[in-house]
Amino acid sequence: MERKVIELDQGWDYMQKGITKLKRILEGSVEQFNSEEYMMLYTTIYNMCTQKPPHDYSQQLYDKYKDSFEEYISSTVLPAIREKHDEFMLRELVKRWGNHKLMVRWLSRFFHYLDRYFIARRSLPALNEVGLTCFRSLFFRQNFDTFCILIQIDKEREGEQIDKALLKNVLDIFVEIGMGQMDCYEQDFEAPMLEDTGVYYSHKASSWILDDSCPAYMLKSEECLKKERDRVAHYLHSSSEAKLVEKVQHELLVNFSTQLLEKENSGCRALLRDDKVDDLSRMYRLYHKIPKGLDPVATIFKQHITAEGMLLVQQAEDAASNQVILSFEFLFFDSQVLIRKVIELHDKYLAYVSDCFQNHTLFHKAMKEAFEIFCNKTVGGSPSAELLATFCDNILKKGGSEKLSDEAIEDILEKVVKLLAYISDKDLFAEFYRKKLARRLLFERSANEEHEKSILTKLKQQCGGQFTSKMEGMVTDLTLAKDNQNEFENYLSNNPNAHPGIDLSVNVLTTGFWPSYKSSDLNLPSEMVRGVQVFKEFYDTKSKHRKLTWIYSLGSCQLIGNFEAKKIEMVVSTYQAAILLLFNTSDRLSYSEIMTQSNLGHEDLVRLLHSLSCAKYKILIKEPISKTVSPNDIFEFNPKFTDRMRRIKIPLPVVDERKKVVEDVDKDRRYAIDAAIVRIMKSRKVLGHQQLVSECVEQLSRMFKPDIKAIKKRMEDLIARDYLERDKENANLFRYLA
Amino acid sequence: MSRSASRKAGQSDSSTPITSSAGGLFRSATGKASSKEMERIDNVFYSYANKSSGLIDPEGIEALCSDLEVDHTDVRILMLAWKMKAEKQGYFTLEEWRRGLKALRADNVHKLKKALPELEKEVKRPTNFVDFYSYAFQYCLTEEKQKSIDIESICQLLDLALGFQFRAQVDYFIDYLKIQSDYKVINLDQWMGFYRFCNEISFPDLSNYDPELAWPLILDNFVEWLRAKQT
Repeated sequence: MERKVIELDQGWDYMQKGITKLKRILEGSVEQFNSEEYMMLYTTIYNMCTQKPPHDYSQQLYDKYKDSFEEYISSTVLPAIREKHDEFMLRELVKRWGNHKLMVRWLSRFFHYLDRYFIARRSLPALNEVGLTCFRSLFFRQNFDTFCILIQIDKEREGEQIDKALLKNVLDIFVEIGMGQMDCYEQDFEAPMLEDTGVYYSHKASSWILDDSCPAYMLKSEECLKKERDRVAHYLHSSSEAKLVEKVQHELLVNFSTQLLEKENSGCRALLRDDKVDDLSRMYRLYHKIPKGLDPVATIFKQHITAEGMLLVQQAEDAASNQVILSFEFLFFDSQVLIRKVIELHDKYLAYVSDCFQNHTLFHKAMKEAFEIFCNKTVGGSPSAELLATFCDNILKKGGSEKLSDEAIEDILEKVVKLLAYISDKDLFAEFYRKKLARRLLFERSANEEHEKSILTKLKQQCGGQFTSKMEGMVTDLTLAKDNQNEFENYLSNNPNAHPGIDLSVNVLTTGFWPSYKSSDLNLPSEMVRGVQVFKEFYDTKSKHRKLTWIYSLGSCQLIGNFEAKKIEMVVSTYQAAILLLFNTSDRLSYSEIMTQSNLGHEDLVRLLHSLSCAKYKILIKEPISKTVSPNDIFEFNPKFTDRMRRIKIPLPVVDERKKVVEDVDKDRRYAIDAAIVRIMKSRKVLGHQQLVSECVEQLSRMFKPDIKAIKKRMEDLIARDYLERDKENANLFRYLA
Repeated sequence: MSRSASRKAGQSDSSTPITSSAGGLFRSATGKASSKEMERIDNVFYSYANKSSGLIDPEGIEALCSDLEVDHTDVRILMLAWKMKAEKQGYFTLEEWRRGLKALRADNVHKLKKALPELEKEVKRPTNFVDFYSYAFQYCLTEEKQKSIDIESICQLLDLALGFQFRAQVDYFIDYLKIQSDYKVINLDQWMGFYRFCNEISFPDLSNYDPELAWPLILDNFVEWLRAKQT
């Protein structure tokens, strides 16, 4: 049966009645739509859309649908909102939005048939979308809504109470109206909000930075950031958090970063100076998330540590130069103090790095660079490498100035090895250490074998096996030497004829491991000659192909002095013994006679005679009596010498070995540079000058920092020896000559 | 070349071979002199050579110099030696002599003297000069396996070889060499380096000198010394 055609006007009239009723409901009427009414309205649309042309009114209905909203909004909704202000306006907006959604829901239900076919066929926006878009385009052209919201936000910032729920509802509108996209929220609210935030905090910051101290300012900043985060949680959309935080950080922390950190009495430097750990931690927290925000802090940190370190160095230097007589005992003491203080400094700032700065690499790096600056300074003429080696010697030797527990010693050794990382002349340290280790081992002055081994292990871990191989060899040598000595004693007991008449113990050392010693041509006292011979015979039975070089300067001897009062046993060095034994044949000898008979040089002789005639124990009487030994002196055995002890040790002050050590190390460095250059050129064949130099420096950096001039010199030498040649065309290029 | 062409060039007719005439226009590209010329060259050689050794020795060279009216320490003698590719300082062999005089197209002393200015110009051409400069060093090495020259001799050689071209640099460098004590001898690399220095580095401001480059160390020290003097 054919339906009766509904004319447009007619049908629309009917619909209009429904729409008007809906409007009344929205305005507060208690009317409702029952199912029948709904069905009628729906069917009317349905019919009008399914009628045959020219009576299919889909397009017109679609347009009229839209018009309905526009009409309602502009005539009723907009004025209702506009006539209110501030909070009230916002409330009205929320209410009207709720209404609008309702209207869209109902109308789209009435007009639903359009959604089913018409919009798809014509690729038009769906009814729901159309409805919402109407609201959007009519409202969000004018930003008075946004201004209104921003005023609320700023009020809250100033400490006033505002209706957070209301704001949340309002902002939800922005989000909802985007229909899945955030563009409405971002363009119409967020962008102006961020700008307003920027202005607000810029204003605050400008006055705070002038009035507040750095810690106070930071506290306020931290508070503000927290509050802004809360704001997001309460009513802003979560996507705003990152941008908001960044904006606030920018205004408070980035813009005024320099003024803040460099504040005269409360800035970063002052905080470090006054150990304000909490404030520094806050500073870290605040600047941590800002790109490159920590850089200036790290720089100030580095400068501070460098200044503190340089101060320690300067104090030690001043103390050293104020001393008129620079005896070794003094230098020991002061270098002890300096190293101790440096260790303390290290501990202190390491704690800062871990506690305040969360172990951030930037601060580890700053600390490392700072230490590298002042740990390489020379103090009182001693390179830092020597000071460190002396410090170790003091801890490891018997009667060292420390009476510490084992754990404490382990701890210090650990820290000392860490300091070594900052010293560029590691090879110099190794050489000084080796020399002192040799003395400890040979004169049995080592306090504790375990500690000796322990530090070698630590050094090995830090610097590699090559660093400690010789030292380890030295320690092993002594163990072997003991076995060897036992065998010697067996040999003697089996060959009583061979006995030299004195008790002799010999340490046989592997030359390569031990530092080089000049062996002077001491005229060995006859009593000892036989001993040396016997040992040599014994040793030949053990190994035929080894050459023994005797180093008398390292030997020690026990003599019995037959003094008038009583016999006294004297523990002396071999050299000292050699001189004393001369007095067995003559009571009185001149300096030159002693020199001739002993075959020792001036330097040694003065030192030795001084120890025997001008120091604590005057075994010899010197004519004339004075504090120094001169070549015109005459020496006489002192029969009246006595001491309350039966056994005394006559110390021989140690020769300053620094010059020799530095020379030896320089020589080794020359070989090392040669080897590095050849190694690099052999593999690269052709290389530019600067690259060669930089690779060379890199390869050698584990042990020392080579001087550029030294490298150039070695290169010239290698050119002269035909290992390298300079390229004919390019003077900066070098070629390896096989 | 056809006779007619030669006639066109203005050559008088002749049945003699083209290359024989001394004043002729036609010599082959390699400059091979005629046998007569060679004879004359040899004669000059023997007039200065030592009878027993068969070489021109220092005495002979001195005589030659006086005939050329040139001081025997003059750089032009060094240039002559270069042209001859003479190996041993103070001596010329017959082969070397022939080589040099052939190239200079001089078969008597008079012509040789006339050829000297031209030779000087030739040597001073940049392409040849490097070769000459390097030759000058090696010429002074007297012992076998000798690779460097003592400071005193170097100073003289510098003055001779480079003085006319880089007077200021040479004078300063000579001063420096005399007072420094790091180096007692100079090797070829340093010698050539100095020439490069004169060519590349603006003097006396030294503004473009960079010690990080591969300049020989002695030049780094020289520049340091110069800069210290200027302050």
